[in-house]
Amino acid sequence: MKPVNTMTEARRLETASLTLAHGHTPVVRELDVELPPHRVTAIVGPNGCGKSTLLSGLARLLAPREGAVLLNGRELASISTREVARTVGLLPQSATAPDGLTVRDLVRYGRQPHQGLLRQWSKADAEAVEAALDAADLRELADRRLETLSGGQRQRAWIAMAVAQDTEILMLDEPTSALDIGHQLEVLEMVRGLAARGRTVVLVLHDLTTACRYADHMLALSDGRIVAQGAPAEIMTPDLVRALYGVESTILTDPVHGTPVVCPTALAVAPEPASVTSEAVPAAT
Amino acid sequence: MTLRKTLLRGLLPASGVLLVVAVAGLLVGAGDIGPARAAEVVLGGGDADARFTVLELRLPRTVVAIAVGVALGVAGAVLQATARNPLAEPGLLGVSAGASFAVVLAIVLGASATTVAPYVAVLGAAAGCLLALGAARLRGAGDDPVRLVLAGAAFSGLMGAASSVLLLANQRAADEIRFWTVGSVAGRDTDDLLAVLPVLLLGLVVAVAVSPALSALTLGDDVATGLGHRPRRVRAAAVTSVALLVGGATAIAGPVAFVGLVVPFVARALVGPDLRRLLAVSVLLGPAVVLLADVVSRLVVRPYEMPLGVMTALFGAPVLVAVVRSSRLPAL
Repeated sequence: MKPVNTMTEARRLETASLTLAHGHTPVVRELDVELPPHRVTAIVGPNGCGKSTLLSGLARLLAPREGAVLLNGRELASISTREVARTVGLLPQSATAPDGLTVRDLVRYGRQPHQGLLRQWSKADAEAVEAALDAADLRELADRRLETLSGGQRQRAWIAMAVAQDTEILMLDEPTSALDIGHQLEVLEMVRGLAARGRTVVLVLHDLTTACRYADHMLALSDGRIVAQGAPAEIMTPDLVRALYGVESTILTDPVHGTPVVCPTALAVAPEPASVTSEAVPAAT
Repeated sequence: MTLRKTLLRGLLPASGVLLVVAVAGLLVGAGDIGPARAAEVVLGGGDADARFTVLELRLPRTVVAIAVGVALGVAGAVLQATARNPLAEPGLLGVSAGASFAVVLAIVLGASATTVAPYVAVLGAAAGCLLALGAARLRGAGDDPVRLVLAGAAFSGLMGAASSVLLLANQRAADEIRFWTVGSVAGRDTDDLLAVLPVLLLGLVVAVAVSPALSALTLGDDVATGLGHRPRRVRAAAVTSVALLVGGATAIAGPVAFVGLVVPFVARALVGPDLRRLLAVSVLLGPAVVLLADVVSRLVVRPYEMPLGVMTALFGAPVLVAVVRSSRLPAL
């Protein structure tokens, strides 16, 4: 198993006219998106717009109703789930572990896709676990039980499990929800570090400013459709915020990082569901 | 490495206890062959009476108890992980009751006990298992561990009543399996064991093969899928293994409740919640518990014997109460 960052050709995950449905209700409609390799992509949008559903579809938790998710041009649904698990890692929202599980126990689960009846625990597995513990800065806490950790530490432990899976693409569903800002930064800095080491990361995030600050690429979703996609500084405009949330806003620039900061000012008078395209005026620089 | 140390913390005491009770199983009896005379046999001597008692009665019985214990201990650990419920136990959930009803039905219909019993019992156990887990997955019931046990108790009661009705109507069958219906390893011989051995071994193999995936399922279906498992298939395999193990054990020893509760409970206290470690420890602890119960059952009402199923209930019921009373049930 080579570390991902030495691979010459990046694996691409994209969707082709993807429609996802819960029961009979389509939640994501005819979506064509591509995840830029080695970058952090944030999926944003109002509650119920299909963010988590899209992530489930990308991670093959939910089978496409129409269209397909393509991994290097191959339909995800046609690849064995074990093989997918070596390329795409997923951390669902609010995962729970049995009581008494230690951090290292949890992180070791990440190695399962690389094992089989005939291929048992190896040195490479042990190294990947230690590397993931280091990446999450959890070495000191490795033998602690999960239930004794703080929310941020526990979240880092779960991410470390996904990191140990050593997949090129990593998907995290709202990894910072229910965390205070200190713990949020802990998690998001870790995510940036992963992308810097060659992983492709996809996050569902609620907070626009956080998304602008940490993502290279943004997918703005409303009612199951892409409203805008591109670099945060290019697509984040008052028009987009209004289209997504029905909120008037001012877009400032972060004085330290130069990324857009969204300041909501009032509810929009007439909510405007009209489509906003990515050639919308760039935010002030 | 710490993981290995944790495992040893469970394996050492479990194998110690197993060794002691296995020896006790050969030395101790309700009859008049005392430990001293039995010990001579074990050391290669002894008189004819003692040799017969130890080698023809106690030895096969001990071996049967070990097989039953392995099966029930492992089945308990697998069922608890599958139901994500520390109270899930083959006896409490009606898996054993399903298996014994199936056997009673087969015998009343004229089948001979030893040959078909294992297979019929496996089918009954599978039906009981599916009903209990189906009830547990009904909306709202899944988050309440106690409700699963209530559903299982209701099903157990129903199956027990149905068995009683069949036996009341059929005196011959009742005489044939009276001791069997309360759970016992007394009087079983190697032929009985050989008849169920394939079923038990298959159940063990499936349990071991499915254990990594099943342990991933304790992190939730989504996480398990992300790790490359298919939750439905994994659960189907787990249920198959429980049905084989409990069906096989019930076919030879009758319904023996609470072993599948006590063994994972103690194992978890020793090595934590990781399923593979739990299984490794349960393989030793299961027979230790069954043998201990069997040995005690020979001593409490001498010169008679208490049925094994009664004895395990005496051990198990307090554990059940303790688990339920603990301020909060451990999440699995």
